[in-house]
Amino acid sequence: MMNLSPETLRKVDEVIPHYPVKRSAVLPLLHFVQEDQGFISDEAIEWIAARLGIEPINVYELVTFYPMLRRKPIGRRHIRVCRTLSCALMGGYRTCAEFRRQFNAALGEVSPDGEVTVEFVECLASCGTGPVVMIDDELHENVDAAKARALSAQIKAGGQPAGSR
Amino acid sequence: MPAPEQHRLIFRHIDEPGYSADLACYLRHGGYEVLRRAVARRPEELVDEVKKSGLRGRGGAGFPCGVKWTLLDRKSGKPIYLVVNADESEPGTFKDRHIIHRDPHQLIEGIMITCFANRVERAFIYIRGEFPEGARILERAIAEARAATFAGPNILGTGYGCEIYVHRGAGAYICGEETGLIESLEGKRPYPRIKPPYFPAVLGLYQCPTIVNNVETICHVKHIADMGGDAFSKIGTPNNTGTRILCVSGHVRRPGYYEFDVGRLTLGQLLNEVCGGPLPGRKFKAVIPGGSSAKVLKFGERYKGRRKVGAELVEYDWGVEDIPMDFDSLAMVGSMGGSGGVIVMDDSVNMVEALGNINAFYAHESCGQCTPCREGSLWMQKVTARMAQGGARPEDGPLLKSIADQIAGRTICAFGEACAWPTQSFVAKFSDEFAAPARAGARPHSDAEPELV
Amino acid sequence: MSPPPAADLVTVNIDGREIAVPRGTNMIEAALRLGIDVPHYCYHPKLTVAGNCRMCLVEMGMPAVDPATKAPVIEPATGRQRINWVPRPAIACSTGAVAGLHIRTTTPLVKDCREGVMEFLLVNHPLDCPICDQAGECKLQEQATGYGRGYSRYVEQKNVKPKRTLLGPRVMLDDERCILCSRCVRFCKEIAKDDVLGFTERGSYSTLACYPGRRLENDYSLNTVDICPVGALTSTDFRFKMRVWFLRQTNSIDTGSSAGANTVVWSREGAVYRITPRQNDEVNDTWMADSGRILYKAIRAPDRLAAVRVGGADSALDFAIREAAGVLAGGGVEVVGSGRSSVEEQFLLRKLRDALGARASLVARIGGGDGLLVSADRNPNVRGALVAGLIAGLPQARLDALGARIDAGQVRAVVSVGEDLAEAGLSAAQLARVAIVYLGTHANATSAAARVAIPTLTVFEKSGTFVNQQFRIQRFAKAVPGPAGATDDLVVLARLTAAVGGPSLGGDLASAWAAMAAEVPVLAGVRYDSVPDTGLLLDGSPWAGLPFAEGPSLHYKPDQSRAPGGAKP
Repeated sequence: MMNLSPETLRKVDEVIPHYPVKRSAVLPLLHFVQEDQGFISDEAIEWIAARLGIEPINVYELVTFYPMLRRKPIGRRHIRVCRTLSCALMGGYRTCAEFRRQFNAALGEVSPDGEVTVEFVECLASCGTGPVVMIDDELHENVDAAKARALSAQIKAGGQPAGSR
Repeated sequence: MPAPEQHRLIFRHIDEPGYSADLACYLRHGGYEVLRRAVARRPEELVDEVKKSGLRGRGGAGFPCGVKWTLLDRKSGKPIYLVVNADESEPGTFKDRHIIHRDPHQLIEGIMITCFANRVERAFIYIRGEFPEGARILERAIAEARAATFAGPNILGTGYGCEIYVHRGAGAYICGEETGLIESLEGKRPYPRIKPPYFPAVLGLYQCPTIVNNVETICHVKHIADMGGDAFSKIGTPNNTGTRILCVSGHVRRPGYYEFDVGRLTLGQLLNEVCGGPLPGRKFKAVIPGGSSAKVLKFGERYKGRRKVGAELVEYDWGVEDIPMDFDSLAMVGSMGGSGGVIVMDDSVNMVEALGNINAFYAHESCGQCTPCREGSLWMQKVTARMAQGGARPEDGPLLKSIADQIAGRTICAFGEACAWPTQSFVAKFSDEFAAPARAGARPHSDAEPELV
Repeated sequence: MSPPPAADLVTVNIDGREIAVPRGTNMIEAALRLGIDVPHYCYHPKLTVAGNCRMCLVEMGMPAVDPATKAPVIEPATGRQRINWVPRPAIACSTGAVAGLHIRTTTPLVKDCREGVMEFLLVNHPLDCPICDQAGECKLQEQATGYGRGYSRYVEQKNVKPKRTLLGPRVMLDDERCILCSRCVRFCKEIAKDDVLGFTERGSYSTLACYPGRRLENDYSLNTVDICPVGALTSTDFRFKMRVWFLRQTNSIDTGSSAGANTVVWSREGAVYRITPRQNDEVNDTWMADSGRILYKAIRAPDRLAAVRVGGADSALDFAIREAAGVLAGGGVEVVGSGRSSVEEQFLLRKLRDALGARASLVARIGGGDGLLVSADRNPNVRGALVAGLIAGLPQARLDALGARIDAGQVRAVVSVGEDLAEAGLSAAQLARVAIVYLGTHANATSAAARVAIPTLTVFEKSGTFVNQQFRIQRFAKAVPGPAGATDDLVVLARLTAAVGGPSLGGDLASAWAAMAAEVPVLAGVRYDSVPDTGLLLDGSPWAGLPFAEGPSLHYKPDQSRAPGGAKP
């Protein structure tokens, strides 16, 4: 059975009536469930489908389409480095390589110590301060290799690196 | 001629010390006064103001906003929806982010005026999933606005009501395409719709008449309602009115966001004066003026032709630096104003690799619905990747052009053009780099040659 | 039926040729009427328009008018109205006919569009033709030949996707071949009403799939195989069995129910390999139920009756006929006909009944109708028996009345054509009390108990007609010869009738029809040859009051004056 927290269930109930057609709530529900559980399981897909009166394939189609929705858990911290042109021009590839080196992490996989998942994602819409990195929900700007090392050290020390804003 | 001063209309309060995103701060700065005046007018008047203003969409297409509103099917009896496109994903663009995170009430006020003008009772802000904090900020702002009756069931006691809901995306650029956005909002895979017949103004969200407008565009609506369409139309240049936020990134000394009257400064003034010119020891090589979908401009090119200035036809002979930053001029030189994202590349850049980076973006983001874009975008990505790794062949440049030519104009949505134009323009303008493989042997990258793909 | 509304016709011009078509007709259909082929994949006349393959791109233009005066703009060189050709090509499938629409399909731009789309479709397509069932009826092959550039410029690695995925019990999926046209997804959602298929992943990695754990197993799953333009979806029953260019096509009818879906039987050298739907826009569109496709397996089933038998011993047909006539002489005979026999067979059986002075029954088969192409009446031709005059009212599922008469000693002999009396409710004791003459195709309790058992032909081995729920008479044709020991039902019935002292009838279609056209009122003036391939609606009003079991289904609404299930409201 789905073990969603009461808060998540409350958010689910609240959001569905925002839409004249229930199916529209599938993305919000996927976000809530992923925030609650860390990823989208088979059970979650079927639960969401039943809750909205649609077929599981209708939910599965979306989970495999959107890169932000994941089918497996990630590390404790989620590091997303931008790979698109402006950030790459400022050294984004080096930044990504540095994070991966710091945690011995393969792209898209949980690092061996379970601490991070490093992803190389598309434009994060802060191109003027590239290279940019999101660590969980926080945006970090001007992250060159040195700053990547510093942020990694903070993560390893168990801290919450403060975002740029 | 020196560059003009910025005209911070939309960005007035961005970077203002002490300015915060909450309602109290917005009210202290005169917030929601325009809404108060607007709801005392007839909705048709507001639509007229926007038409007179000449406002063109700021999301990328530059379509006249007033015309878009006029196309709405107001006779069907179906509810009319507003969808705010906050999916800002065009590479090189970073303006809506700041409005959302730091001056959300300006957007909310613009939304409410837009809704009132078009008799919309339910609006959705589709915000990209990578702005989670922005979504929270908007939800807080909406709650504040509702509590103060600037939004919600009975706005300022008029009896008119409109609800705004925030809807988060999950990492797909194609959700910035208006019909892809609508499909995503309906809970389906974001496959853009064929037009005809699915013009959003007639058959949009839930097959009801729908307006889809960019965040910045909606903010301009507020200012148009404030100063009037005529006054707005005098800002900027004819047919390219108002201000726009230019986002400069890449190889300049001072990248960032800058708001100017449209067409009142040239690309050269922007890059050399406002942004401080190239990095030390480097020279400008190429610039993409309107988001990565726009065709690249090569420094050293000349653009010649005739254009209308007032009632006259006037010759122009421009270098890259001379191009006025407005929609029409950039279109005339074979590029576009697009989203205002200016990406600058200097002489350290290997253009094959730069194109490889862009092609990888489009291959990742293609939704896959229609044949040319689905197969062509990945094919182009594979060719440029191979070339960047030292496997280039002499026929690859012409092959890339041929593939791109088979995509543009043949697809369901403008993503076809968006993924084809970079390849067409890079290959055409930097043909020598595409003909002679620069990375034969794939030597390692350095500061003098950044890794791009 | 009220006359159809006057069609709102508009004139369009395709490649310089004009044609008037109903407003809104799409340009693929309009071009087809002119004999012009507009290649396409995702468009299907019975599904919503998707517009994603982009193969049907054509040039379109509208006549030029002066914006101010609306006067036509005339081209000085030709004196004709100028056509403003739109620079961007448009998809023909979603371009609807409006007055003055001009289309060009032979320009260099259109040629380039087609070559481009073909090239893109083949870029990640596996070189599976040698092992792919679709070869010979593959749209990719046909259109690559007709409209492709003829060579490949692709030197990169192709995408790899799952091969040989069992999508459902009857459908196999080879994902690499899929061109993502979405016909199958639309079909399952719109026609089969089973929204079970979808596209997963994104971009060129998009992949057709079911939700893991679900299967494509509705009773219309094989239609996706028919409409798949490539070999991505194939029939597990037909896979690897035969190349389609060796197969002969014969028109037939699905005998699974009174819906009467039109079919094509594909055979070679006397063996049937598969059955597919045949288009009939009045009956089944382009669809049929999966259950009708496996009916051919009965042809070579192990319990197929192979030899004429009299008293349990193999015998010759002549002898059997004389024995049967002897059994049936002297009164007390009942006739049990079948709703699975053809109209001609039912007519000849009526002649036999009359000659015997006997009573005739049929055996009803009622099941749940699925609202599509399997109706509640699982006999294909009960109405044929009504039309032929073999019965006057609807049959029962059980022969209880006959059983009672047997028990009362009123029945000495029974002739059964294709019906197992035991399955229809007669007990072994009742079967034992009467002498049975059985005409049928497969062994059952009745054939075993019969005094005379004469093997006959399945629907695939003979020709004839059925009358479906719409009272539409439809022809089916012989696809393969019957087994050596079997005889055409018409021959047996004609000879039996003569042997019991009835009229001399030819045991063939022509003679049957000559008699039917003369003696059956609703068939007056109809000739077998004049029945079109899409069937002929008969006047069913003589039977309008009968409580037919069928509910609404594709192209069929029961008489509005009756409540569903047959009872009068």
